[in-house]
Order: sequence, then C-alpha cells, then structure tokens
Amino acid sequence: MPTLANYLIASGLFFALGLGAVMLRRSIIVIFMGLEMMLNAANLSLVAFSRYGLVSGHQNFDAQVLVFFIISVAAAEVAVGLAIIVSLYRARQTTHVEDLDTLKF
Amino acid sequence: MLLAAFWFFATLMLLFGVSVVVLRNPVSCAMSLVMSFICLAALFVTLDATFIGVIQVLVYAGAIMVLFLFIIMLLDLREEKSRRLNFGATVGGALVLAAFLSIMTQVILSNPAFANQTPKLAGPKVSDVKMIGMTLFHSFGLPFEVVGVLLLSATVGVVVLSRRTLR
Repeated sequence: MPTLANYLIASGLFFALGLGAVMLRRSIIVIFMGLEMMLNAANLSLVAFSRYGLVSGHQNFDAQVLVFFIISVAAAEVAVGLAIIVSLYRARQTTHVEDLDTLKF
Repeated sequence: MLLAAFWFFATLMLLFGVSVVVLRNPVSCAMSLVMSFICLAALFVTLDATFIGVIQVLVYAGAIMVLFLFIIMLLDLREEKSRRLNFGATVGGALVLAAFLSIMTQVILSNPAFANQTPKLAGPKVSDVKMIGMTLFHSFGLPFEVVGVLLLSATVGVVVLSRRTLR
C-alpha cells in the first residue's frame, strides 16, 4: 500500500513542475497552464489527507468538499484569465510576456 | 495492486507534466496537460475519492482544457521561437525550485505520521457522492452560495471583457 508520504511527494513534484512552467516559459498561455498544475497539486494533497485522516472510520469529506470548491473557483478563474488574454492579444498582437513590458519599472 | 497503480499513474502524471514544461508547441502542451489530469483523476480513484475523480475528468480534462485549446486555435499560436534565455530569471527560478523541493522533502520525511500505511475504512461502504452532498449542504451552505455568486460575476466579467471597445 502507498503511504501518505508517497502521495505528498508526488503532489509536491507536480507543484514544482507547475512553478517551473510559470517561471521558465514565456508564452502567457503555457504560464496559465502552469497555474492550473499548481492548483491540481494542492487538490491531490487535500484528497490524500482526506483518505489518511479518517473521521470515525470514514474519509474526511470536508477535504473533498474543499476540492470541489477549488475546482469551481479554478473554472471561473480560467474563464476570466482567457478573456483577458484574448483582449490583450487584440490590443498587442502578442502572447509573449517579454513583449508586454508597459508596467515594467 | 494499489501500490502498482499509484506508481504507474504518478510516474505517468509527472512525465506528462515535464512535457508541458519542455515542449514548444502550445497545442502539445495542452494535450500533455489533459493526459496528466487524467492520470491525476486515476490517483484520486486510488484514494477512494471516485466522485472527485469523475469531476476531475469532466471539468478539468473536459471543459477547462477544451477552453484552452479553443483559445490557442482562436489566437492561431505557432510554435514558440527560441529566444535567448534570460540568465538571471532562469538561475533564480532554479534556486527557488531547489529550495522548495528540499524543504518539502525534509518536512515530509521528518514527520513519522506521514509514513503510515493506508488505514482501513470502517463498517459498510458509504456512497461518497451522498456523503459529499450531505457535507456540502449541511456545513458549507453559505460558501456554496458564495461560489454561485462568484461564477455569475465571472461570467458577467467575461462578457464585459470580450466586448470590442472597453469604455
């Protein structure tokens, strides 16, 4: 049987991959995909904790309800983020983060 | 059996995750992300969270990633041209990643409670759809309503953002 540490390390590595995508990639769409990967890594550790921290013999369903909320907030975030990317592309004809330096100090 | 499933799906999820970071074409990035979310749903099923696994496939791998692909095709994004790497950003990013990974492994390995085997579920099997529904409407009524308002305002925001001229 896998242990809790196995799941937590898999989740941490997935989070690190998402963070790597955010910091290393320069296409704004792929950066957004990295954000999604980080949210999902958090979901994986929540579900692992809900299975390993039993409440009176059953999974802790509070954690699974929290995952449900995270998924719905992520859906709203994706819709708004992609609309912002589309209007940015209309204004600038680029999705490369280094071409978007108006606010740069 | 469960251990084999865990290793198989975790490895596959991380491999597809690496290909999201490495591949240059945004469409192949999105397709690898779909595959890694499906492997993540399989990991949820190995943790006896079938409902969350189903939602993961339906909402993430289905709806959200289709939205991503739709936007990639709408903007007609080509393969990213390789530009000179920003040296400072790359080294800084690698340092932050290394620090995060080392702290995380230290914390996980130092706590003996994390090395426990999977505990047995007690008594007759309960349906997790029913239990999630009960928890959602008994203890999380207000947050549920707030999420509804959030989704509505996000929809209105998208409609306003996608008008051709912003005033």
